[in-house]
Amino acid sequence: MSRVLELLLEGQALDSAQMAEILGMNVSEVEAELETLKQENIFLGWRPVLQPNASGDNQVRALIEVKITPEREGGFDRIAERIAKFSEVETCYLMSGAYDLLLVVRGDNLQSVARFVSVRLASINGVLSTATHFMLCAYKEQGFLFERDQRDPDKPSVSP
Amino acid sequence: MSDMSRFIARHVRDLPKSGIREFFSIVEKNPNAISLGVGEPDFVTPWAFREAAIFALERGKTSYTNNLGLIHLRKAISKYLEKNFSLSYNPENEMLVTVGVSEALDIAIRATLNPGEKLLYHEPCFVSYNPSAKLAHAEAVPVPTSSQDEFALNPDALAAAWTPECKALLLSFPTNPTGGVVNREKLERIAKFAIEKDLIVYSDEIYAELTYEGNHVSLASIPGMKERTIFLHGVSKAFAMTGFRLGYACGPKELIDAMLKVHQYAMMCAPILSQEAAIEAFLHGEGEVKRMRDAYRRRRDYIVRRFNEIGLPCHLPKATFYAFPCIQQTGLDSHEFALKLLQQQQVAMVPGTAFGASGAGFIRASFSTSYERIVEACSRIERFVGSL
Repeated sequence: MSRVLELLLEGQALDSAQMAEILGMNVSEVEAELETLKQENIFLGWRPVLQPNASGDNQVRALIEVKITPEREGGFDRIAERIAKFSEVETCYLMSGAYDLLLVVRGDNLQSVARFVSVRLASINGVLSTATHFMLCAYKEQGFLFERDQRDPDKPSVSP
Repeated sequence: MSDMSRFIARHVRDLPKSGIREFFSIVEKNPNAISLGVGEPDFVTPWAFREAAIFALERGKTSYTNNLGLIHLRKAISKYLEKNFSLSYNPENEMLVTVGVSEALDIAIRATLNPGEKLLYHEPCFVSYNPSAKLAHAEAVPVPTSSQDEFALNPDALAAAWTPECKALLLSFPTNPTGGVVNREKLERIAKFAIEKDLIVYSDEIYAELTYEGNHVSLASIPGMKERTIFLHGVSKAFAMTGFRLGYACGPKELIDAMLKVHQYAMMCAPILSQEAAIEAFLHGEGEVKRMRDAYRRRRDYIVRRFNEIGLPCHLPKATFYAFPCIQQTGLDSHEFALKLLQQQQVAMVPGTAFGASGAGFIRASFSTSYERIVEACSRIERFVGSL
């Protein structure tokens, strides 16, 4: 694995200069490696991870199970890619099991998500059914816990 | 005026206080200092291991255990050692679970050395080795290691330090504070010497899993050594479980039996909740160990490169989370360097002399802390060295 990618995956907020410093590379080398990772569609982009319960925007999120009809050429791909293009869709996976696609959809309120489902999603040719589950409360987000382990104040600052 | 010293045993009264303790008191007065002085993982114990302890508590596991430790734990250790160390020990009678490796070493020495007998050990090393021998009324004989050998024990230096009163040899590779390791060829020479001189060997391998280059070779796996070696290990470093205080000793049945006598009277058993957490660690902790080791390795590469850039020559430690740069060319001794650095730039590191006389001219930097702190600490050290 690329050293830059390994460092990114540790989840620390480091800019190119800091990464270069830590890895003993030039800033231009780090940026070139990031660019290559982007070109190869491995590293897709940056985004802060927010606490869904406390981000203050009152947005709602829903998980939507979608059953679709596979097509003779391309299987599920064409419809999945079409659905994934909607800006409301944050994530779109093809699943094994009782349904085909799992979407994570975000909206300003319950009505806007409902409208997306009924007007945009359910009306697509090939979509057989949908089941929408609204998220009530989050306990962990993309690997981050909301109550982090606190540094123990009694932990000695120097020890053998 | 009372003179309480009359109540204190002579061998305890004469024991010097740990150099670390002394330095800790100074650092405590600088709460804003960045500390590279911590001798334990900065990672919190992985949740799965903590959860195992909580689950055990919920099930009412609050009793003593077998003096040797829970048999499930000993079986898990046995399997783990077989897989990772190529060591085979019978969990029924060749293994003893202790309260940290410190207890394991203490009872190993107490069970095997008579007053006045000598124990060879290499320096710089963990702070407790010499005092543990003295507390058992034995005599500890240091064998210096040097930066030329990257702090591996030189078999010739070992032979030179030997006298007929020497009964035991204490090895601790990989080494705190130097990160030193011993390769197989040297280990075989040391083993040959131990057999020739009929030494019992205590091998503290607590940092083995934090080996970054090559494979760790356990002394006990060298032919002819298992029958004279007490292998000492624990969960503190690899599994980030220092506060659980869980160690173990493996060795010939007769020696484990002798250690058990001391253990059963002095300690009874290791805490049951720690034992339960350790079972989970041994059986399913491999991924967590790798995650932490990879993070340490990246920090090591950075800090060692920076020390060398700053002009503090530093070998690349092949294991542990300690770098041991040389500070001789600054004109300061280890203690002065550490003290002035703390006072002027608020960075805490431990003087090499806290780990024995042959640590003079060096300083221990623990990279068991976050990148941001390491990067900032290195900038401050650079400013400090530049100002000298």
